[in-house]
Amino acid sequence: MANISQGTIVKVSGPLVVAEGMRDSELFDVVRVSDKKLIGEIIEMHGDRASIQVYEDTAGLGPGEPVVSEGAPLSVELAPGLIGQIFDGIQRPLARLVEMAGNNIDRGVSVPAIDRTKHWAFQPVATVGQVVVAGDVLGTVQETELVLHKVLVPPGLSGTIESIEAGDKLVTETIAVVRNIKGQSVHVAMLQKWPVRRGRPYAEKISPDAPLVTGQRVVDTFFPVAKGGTATVPGPFGSGKTVIQHQLAKWAESDIVVYIGCGERGNEMTDVLMEFPELIDPKSGYSLMKRTILIANTSDMPVAAREASIYTGITIAEYFRDMGFSVSIMADSTSRWAEALREMSGRLEEMPGEEGYPAYLGSRLANFYERAGSVRCLGSEGRIGVLTAIGAVSPPGGDLSDPVAQSTLRIVKVFWGLDSALAYKRHFPAINWLNSYSLYTDKIDAWMNQMVTPDWSKLRSDAMRLLQEESELEEIVRLVGQDSLSAVDRLKLEASRSVREDFLHQNSYDEIDTYSSLNKQHRMLSLMMQFYYDGQRALERSASFRDLINLPVRDGISRLKFVPEAQVTERADQLARELTEQIEAAIPQGVM
Amino acid sequence: MPREYRTIEEVAGPLMLVQQVEGVKYDELGEIELPSGEIRRCKVLEINGQNALVQLFESSLGINAEHSKVRFLGKGLELAVSPDILGRVFDGMGTPKDGGPAIIPTRMLDINGKPMNPAARDYPNEFIQTGVSAIDGLNTLVRGQKLPIFSASGLPHAQLAAQIARQAKVRDGSGNFAVVFAAMGITFEEADYFINDFRRTGAIDRSVLFINLASDPAIERISTPRMALTAAEYLAFELDMHVLVIMTDITYYAEALREVSAARKEVPGRRGYPGYLYTDLATMYERAGRQRGKEGSITFVPILTMPDDDKTHPIPDLTGYITEGQIILSRDLHKKGVKPPIDVLPSLSRLKDKGIGEGKTRADHANTMNQLFAAYSRGKDAKELAVILGEDALSEVDRIYARFAEAFEREYVSQGFEGDRAILETLQIGWKLLSMLPKNELKRIKESFIDQYYGKD
Repeated sequence: MANISQGTIVKVSGPLVVAEGMRDSELFDVVRVSDKKLIGEIIEMHGDRASIQVYEDTAGLGPGEPVVSEGAPLSVELAPGLIGQIFDGIQRPLARLVEMAGNNIDRGVSVPAIDRTKHWAFQPVATVGQVVVAGDVLGTVQETELVLHKVLVPPGLSGTIESIEAGDKLVTETIAVVRNIKGQSVHVAMLQKWPVRRGRPYAEKISPDAPLVTGQRVVDTFFPVAKGGTATVPGPFGSGKTVIQHQLAKWAESDIVVYIGCGERGNEMTDVLMEFPELIDPKSGYSLMKRTILIANTSDMPVAAREASIYTGITIAEYFRDMGFSVSIMADSTSRWAEALREMSGRLEEMPGEEGYPAYLGSRLANFYERAGSVRCLGSEGRIGVLTAIGAVSPPGGDLSDPVAQSTLRIVKVFWGLDSALAYKRHFPAINWLNSYSLYTDKIDAWMNQMVTPDWSKLRSDAMRLLQEESELEEIVRLVGQDSLSAVDRLKLEASRSVREDFLHQNSYDEIDTYSSLNKQHRMLSLMMQFYYDGQRALERSASFRDLINLPVRDGISRLKFVPEAQVTERADQLARELTEQIEAAIPQGVM
Repeated sequence: MPREYRTIEEVAGPLMLVQQVEGVKYDELGEIELPSGEIRRCKVLEINGQNALVQLFESSLGINAEHSKVRFLGKGLELAVSPDILGRVFDGMGTPKDGGPAIIPTRMLDINGKPMNPAARDYPNEFIQTGVSAIDGLNTLVRGQKLPIFSASGLPHAQLAAQIARQAKVRDGSGNFAVVFAAMGITFEEADYFINDFRRTGAIDRSVLFINLASDPAIERISTPRMALTAAEYLAFELDMHVLVIMTDITYYAEALREVSAARKEVPGRRGYPGYLYTDLATMYERAGRQRGKEGSITFVPILTMPDDDKTHPIPDLTGYITEGQIILSRDLHKKGVKPPIDVLPSLSRLKDKGIGEGKTRADHANTMNQLFAAYSRGKDAKELAVILGEDALSEVDRIYARFAEAFEREYVSQGFEGDRAILETLQIGWKLLSMLPKNELKRIKESFIDQYYGKD
């Protein structure tokens, strides 16, 4: 235990408070500032003067008021009771704050993150006399219908179980006693704490190879993200960053979703809060809120807590990863987090780097994304846990030369570039297929070929080539007009238009279109490509271009996205038959 | 009686340094008494030991470091509120400037407000009919939304804002409406236009106006919007009214902020604006909304002029990242005589999907909206192509689209500043235009709607 020291405020400048008499406290210790007991964190020490970033509004603070160190770094509470909650940037439960302080957020309110009065049915897995190491499962708690919460031996502890008890327990009650190597009896409760700025330990990292299926066609087919991978969505305002993040939070194949609203709109968090409980997970049949944790530090909330929110979120995500879950974390937006860094850096009078951002921006971002990954968890079981991180970036004016965007692109493996021109055309998701990329494609192609269909990678690369060729042809059309193109080229334009409008375009507000299974994606794209291949052959056999583009079956293909999953295979088979027949019929008789 | 200090060390622009102070708090309000007896206000920006750096709310003209006195009042800047504020005109500091009596306050409210707990927000989903087709039909405004108008010098944003203020209503006609209007740094004539328009239509009786003109001290502009929002919060969440807040012009507000930041010698962000411009704007914009268990709401329509028509300028850029969409005015359309010159393609209402559809507007609204956007966009592309290659080079379908785009601007968007269209009329015009296109082009509309509305006039 570190020393508890008490000092006094000498300077207040916005969220930065300087206090003297703090020699005994450690860097990154949590402190309580003034009689209002505002929460802060020491971020610099000069002699006995500590610079403190305060997570609450500092209006009304002045020199002479006390500052008390809590002797521990900023930590989150980890236990059953996290799922379905909405927390602020320093893990205060916002719903409880409403009950205590009303609709607006008051200062200095202290509420435990995890409900201390709720009993959970603890079911032991380990037995008395068993030798356990850190990460081994002591027992389980059915936290929600979707989440079987595993209570693990905390990092740093190993030994023999002396006692373990089933029953309804509070999170703070002892559930097991472990005799460690030194022969001491250690009482383990469900509630554990972990400092947010330190990654939770794991046995080893594993290279990811399976896709995180999201049900979003442009993502899964063209720019897939691996389970345990990292992705970024940069884009100007109005290009649909948040909608994509929401879609991924809703439909991505994860056991747990941690959604961080970092310096963004309050109404967006409300939207998630009100919509998620009503959305039903197609696989489990339960509400999506039963696997979701929200961290909300909206743009009007204190800026320093925005800086902490990212770490709070990822630490909670790591905790569930350690149980062997596939966890996804969405951070919207990392630019606002970087701005919070910049604001604190400015107040500390640090030498600015690019655009006033601190020089350590890149390393902080890298540090965050590197906490994602697919890992073999601690413990003798060798569980695999997965943490996928997806961060939005809001570059000023959509300009990707922005330091936050550039630092992010250096780290992440998937880039979904949003394009305002597409957004104006209401082509959503407005992911620009020409400049986006995924560095996981090769590995995931192998998985898809094996698990979905053997021709997946061919289909994908053919379709991508078609889209590339379209953009070149468009330039020519712009110069000389469509009529001067050959029929083959015009067919190419028609086919790629159908891929663009009927496949890439996906309406997230439509009940059915909002999610496409891999099977549906495959069937849709194969039909579109079949039209292209067969159409080319028909043209060679003197079919008229006009007849081809007016085939009645094309209407059915473009509406396949509105066909419910259960009927997709049947409908697609039918369309494929009709397509073959109609193209055949379009070829003039007697021509070989 | 608070202690008085005669220790003003420096006055530079909007900043003043007072030494040897004791017990002064961050963000505290202060009063400066000039030798003439005049009183001005200031607030503490930084307190370092015995030095307080304060920011003036009014001009520094005539402040004498030797003979002026400073008092600190132990509280922040407050606004006196009571139901009597309706129908009144105030200056940027909340003092009546219509010649009427001072407000006898039922409450004094801190103008900075407190952040709204996201868990206590209620999602905006009630359709507001503005009577403007380009907004109602395509970029629908809902109660509790913040939807700015991005304009530029010389464009008729004032007329559009006045039109919205005049015509806005919910479909069932319920609710207790009020308008809070804040002018920051605009000219007398522009402010006069609004005041006269409010008088002409009788809206003045349910309005509160805060006026800071171009000739008033720039520094007062920093408190003006917060005064207005505090009044709006009072009306909405204590008197259960549905408040429409209109602010013009955010650009001048941001410039005042930059002035203070430069005087403090802070590290500038883009274009000299302070790095905390986003946070600062957000603490204003986010005060709009609805709260659970409260009847009232704050709908916020800030107006800003984009310097040099540039949407990527920090002020529109950061605003766009905070607000729930934007209505963009276009110089091209203005020159073509389209009134209001709303450029619907880059305009956006993020909350539109929550405010439309069955029971709110009509079931086909979302589908037709998407189709109109797509068709207008394609029509504009076709027109551009026709400019380069001549009309003959267009395919048959593209020629129809080009004609559609023309008709869309003429009939759908251009309705005049007095035109007040009910939503069903807007939808009907939409279908009339869509009926120009062949049926199989309407890919974004469900077949049942096509059967029901296509080609029916």
